[in-house]
Amino acid sequence: MRTRLRALADIAVVLALTAYAIPFFWQLLTSFKPEAELLRMPPLLPSRLTLSHYRVVITQSLMPQALGNSLGIATLTTLVSLAAGVPAAYAVARLPLPGKRVLLLAIVASTAFPQIATVSPLYLLMRALELRDTWAGLVLVHASFALPLTIWLLAGFVREIPIEAEEAASVDGAGIISLFRWVIVPLLAPGLASTALLTFLFSWNEFLFAYTFTVSEASRTIPVALALFPGVFEVPWGDIAAASMLASLPPIVIVIALQRFLVRGLVAGAVKE
Amino acid sequence: MTGREAADRRRGLVCVAPTVLALGALTVYPGVWVLWLSLQRRIPIFDVSRFAGFENYAFLAVDPRFWSAARTTAVFTLGSVALEVVLGVAAALAIHTQRRGRRLALSLLLLAWAMPAVVAAKLFEWLYHPAAGLINVALGRHAVNWLGDPLVALPAVIFADVWRTMPFVAILCYARLLAIPADVYEAAQVDGAGRLATLTRITLPLLGRILLLATLFRTLDALRAFDIMFVLTGGGPAGTTETLTVYAYRALFQTLQLGFGSAVSVVVFLLVMAVAWGYLRLLRAGAVTA
Repeated sequence: MRTRLRALADIAVVLALTAYAIPFFWQLLTSFKPEAELLRMPPLLPSRLTLSHYRVVITQSLMPQALGNSLGIATLTTLVSLAAGVPAAYAVARLPLPGKRVLLLAIVASTAFPQIATVSPLYLLMRALELRDTWAGLVLVHASFALPLTIWLLAGFVREIPIEAEEAASVDGAGIISLFRWVIVPLLAPGLASTALLTFLFSWNEFLFAYTFTVSEASRTIPVALALFPGVFEVPWGDIAAASMLASLPPIVIVIALQRFLVRGLVAGAVKE
Repeated sequence: MTGREAADRRRGLVCVAPTVLALGALTVYPGVWVLWLSLQRRIPIFDVSRFAGFENYAFLAVDPRFWSAARTTAVFTLGSVALEVVLGVAAALAIHTQRRGRRLALSLLLLAWAMPAVVAAKLFEWLYHPAAGLINVALGRHAVNWLGDPLVALPAVIFADVWRTMPFVAILCYARLLAIPADVYEAAQVDGAGRLATLTRITLPLLGRILLLATLFRTLDALRAFDIMFVLTGGGPAGTTETLTVYAYRALFQTLQLGFGSAVSVVVFLLVMAVAWGYLRLLRAGAVTA
C-alpha cells in the first residue's frame, strides 16, 4: 500500500512538470499542424500531422543560415573563453598575483554587469572597427561577457584538484604548458564540460548584442532571426513554431544528454564563494 | 623573494594577461565611455554632438516616461522574483520526494530554462493569441487580449518570464536539499516532529542561504531583462511593459539619442550594482545561516 502510494506520488510529480512544460509541447504540436487548422479551436488536436512548416523554414527562410551563424559563434565563444579562462582561473586559484583581490572583485562585479550599460559604446566600437556583421565581433563580445563567470566556475574546479598532482609534475620539471596539457586540463575535464555548456548556452541564447551588432539579414543569429521572423500578410504561426523548435535543438540536447554537467555547472556557480 | 616565487608571479601574470586585456578593452573601457557619452547631447541624424554636463540626468528626473519605466521595472522584478522563489521551492521539494523519475522531472523543468528567452517569448505570444491561443481556449473563450490590454500585459509578461526562469531557483534549491544529511531528518522524526514542523523548522531554514543567492542572481537578471518584453510586447501597450532597459534601448537605437540613452543605461547599471551590493552585505552579515 505504502509503496503504491509512493509510486502514485512520483507519477503525480512527473505529470505536474509535464503540465509545466505545456508551452513547449504546444509549440511542438503547432509546428506539425496543418496551416488551415492553426486558428481553428477547438479541436485541440490536429486531424493530421504535416512537415510543411519545417519545409518552409528550411527552404525559404533565413533560419538555416542563422543556425550556422549561431553554431559557429557559440562554439567559438566557448573555445575563446575557455582558452582565456583556464589559465586565468588557475592563476587566481593557485598562483601569487599582485592585485589579486582587486582582480577577483572586478570578476565578481562584472558577472552582475548589465549588457545595456555597454551596448552603446560597444556599438560605436564595432562600427569603428568594422566588426558589425562579423562572427569575430560577436565572439569577442560574447566571450568577454562570459569570461567572468567562466573564471569563477573554473577557479572553483581548479581548487578541487589535489595539489600533489601539480607538485609531482613540477618536480618532474614540467613547464607551464605541459602542466596544463598533462595535469590541469585532464583533471579539470568534467568542470570544463560544465563551464563550456553554460557558455555555449549563453552565447546561443544572447539577443541584445546579436541584435544590435548585425545589420544584414545573412549575419543574424538564431534569436535575432526568430525575433524578426517575417510574415507577409499575417503572422505565420506554424512556421514560427517550427523555427522555435530548431532554435531549441541544442538546449534540448544539452538538457537531455548532458544534464549532469549542466546541473553541476549551475550549482557550482551559485555555491562556490 | 625566492627565484621560485618570482617565477610563479611571472607565470601568474602571463596567465591572467588575456583576461585582463579582454575585460579591459570590452568591459571597463566601454564602461567608462558610456559615462562620458551620458554627459553629451548626441543625436547623429541631426548632426548634434556637444558636451551637455548633467542635462540628460536632470531631464530624467522630470521625465514621466522614465519614472513609468522605473515603476514597471520594479513591479516586473518584484513580481517575477517572488513567484519564482515560491514556485521554485515547491518544485524542488516535490522532486526531492521522488523515488523514481527524477531525471525525467529535471529534464522537463530544465527545458524551459535552457531555451533562448526569444523562443519563450514566441511560445507565449502564441499561447496568448486572443482567438486561437491555448490560454483563452482553456478559459472558455473569454477572449482576453493578454498582450494588448494595458491592465493585463505586464502580468502576462511576468508570467512568461517566471515560466522560463523558475527552474533556475528550483535546481539550486534541489541541489541544496540533496546535501542535507539524512540523519537530520531521522533526528527530527525521533523527536516526534510532524511533516509541517520538519518543513518549517528544518528544511526551509536550511535552504535560507541558497535561496538568498538564487534571489540575488534572479533579481539582477530581472532588473536587466530585455529580450522577453522586447519580443513579446515591444514595451507596449501604451508603454505599460516598458522597463528601464527597454527604454534605454529605444532611446539609443530607435530614436538614436546616444547621449540620453546612455544616461538611462548608466541608471540601470547603478541600480544593478546597488542591489548586488545590498545582497552581498546581507550574505556577509550572515543574516541567513547554513
